[in-house]
This record gives sequence, C-alpha cells and structure tokens, in this order.
Amino acid sequence: MKMDTTNQKKVIIIPCSGIGKAFGSISRDATFEVTENLRKDNTQTLCLALLVSGDEDSKRLVRDNKCITVDGCPLQCAEKNVKLAGGNLTGSLRVVDTYKENRHLKPRSITFLDPDGQQMALKLAEKIAEKVDGLLEDQ
Amino acid sequence: MGEVQEKKVGIISCSGEDCVEGTISRVATRQALGKLRPNETVTICLPLFLAGGREEREFARDYPTITVDGCDKMCAKVATERYSGKPASSIVVTDVLKNLHCPKLSSRRKLNNETLAVAEKVAEKIAEEVDEVLRHWV
Repeated sequence: MKMDTTNQKKVIIIPCSGIGKAFGSISRDATFEVTENLRKDNTQTLCLALLVSGDEDSKRLVRDNKCITVDGCPLQCAEKNVKLAGGNLTGSLRVVDTYKENRHLKPRSITFLDPDGQQMALKLAEKIAEKVDGLLEDQ
Repeated sequence: MGEVQEKKVGIISCSGEDCVEGTISRVATRQALGKLRPNETVTICLPLFLAGGREEREFARDYPTITVDGCDKMCAKVATERYSGKPASSIVVTDVLKNLHCPKLSSRRKLNNETLAVAEKVAEKIAEEVDEVLRHWV
C-alpha cells in the first residue's frame, strides 16, 4: 500500500499504533477497518513515524486534508504529533472512551487481537466512520 | 515503561501503518519481547518517544537499543538517533526480505502464513542482536 498523494481530498485517519498495550493495537485495527473496508473510497492512513520524521509528502497530506487521530491511551500521542506537524486536525478519538462504553469487553492480547479486542476495534471503527461521514457532509 | 535497573535492551519498532512491512516490524518486536527474550528486553512506544516522552528518551539514551524498521526510510532509527543516540543495532524488514525467496506478503492487517514466517525470521534476528548486545555489555 503506497501513500496516495493525489489531489483527491480524503480524510486521513492516523492511529497511534502504540506497541505496549492492547489499546494501541485496537487503534491500528480500527483504522484499517475504516480505510480498507467501511470508508475505503474516502479515507486513507499514513505512517505516523514518517510524518513526525519530517517527510514532506506526509506533512502536505495532513495539512491539505482533514485528519482524525485515533489514540490508544490518554497521552494522545497521535493527536500531539499531528498537531506538531501542522495537520488539519478535525477529530480525535480515544480507544479508552470506547472501552468505557463497553466495559464488558476485556481486550488483553497485543500482538494479535483477541475476540474482545476485535469487537472493540469494530465498535471504534464505526465511530470513526460516523465522524468521516460528518466531515464529508461539511465539504 | 517504569523504572529499569537491570541489563535491558530497548526494542523500538516503527509499526508503520502504510505498508505490511510496518506490521511485520511490529509483530516481530512483540514476538521477541514476549517469547524469545522476555527477560532481556523492553519496548519503547515510538509515538510516545516522538511526542517527547521523557522516560522513553532517557531510557534510549542510557540503555542500548535495537530499532526495527519496515522500510529503508528507517523512521525508528532516525528518531532514536535524533532524540537519544545511535542504536546498538538496526534491522530493516525490506533488507531481511531480500534474503528470502520472494514470499507472497499479505495485507497489512491480517498476516498470512508466509508473512508470519517473515515476522518470525525478523524476531529471531532481533533476538540474535539482543544476545550480541548483551555479550558486549560492560
């Protein structure tokens, strides 16, 4: 998958992909569910690390398009890093909020999501997709 | 990340979202941490490190690190050098792939068996590098 830097406006979904906890994996999986399935024609993701390392194409992409960040924990590293890169941040979601709304789900596995983690990722993906729809209506 | 006093090697994965090699870097790092060298390694959350995480940057300055990048842009290595110091070793998934027989890689989300096998190779390489770093620890 290569970064689409064409002129077609898309909503850019940027997860933190934190590696230490299941919530980071959920942020990543929910992002892929939106960009590869639920809203694949209107969204894309990019490498957060590449953006922060100063890559010009990535910076242009987040400045020229609406961005939604998806963070695993309250430290909100994706949001912070997109702001630092001057991105057009229009929405910010946190896995921990989806967890609070679905306390019966107990995701534990990090490397590969367990069924509870997968379910939480799908619930979060629906929230991201709703946010995308709202942004597209505004355009 | 918590207080670390023993000999530990920090593994920093790019976890790139834009290609399957980023997922391989992530899965391999988790395998090295959880299965192959659980007592010798810790991981550093790259987004937190990049966002200015003090503990993460101090650890990477005071302890040896191994970076695991999906592609030759080497974001994890570049960031580690910029904020903390030269990593003891750096692994690039696309380099590992050059030595394998063109496996059919899967999507970045769900890894097929061939892609998982690549991740396992990368994990073994991480473990070898960890052993090497510990061997030379003074």
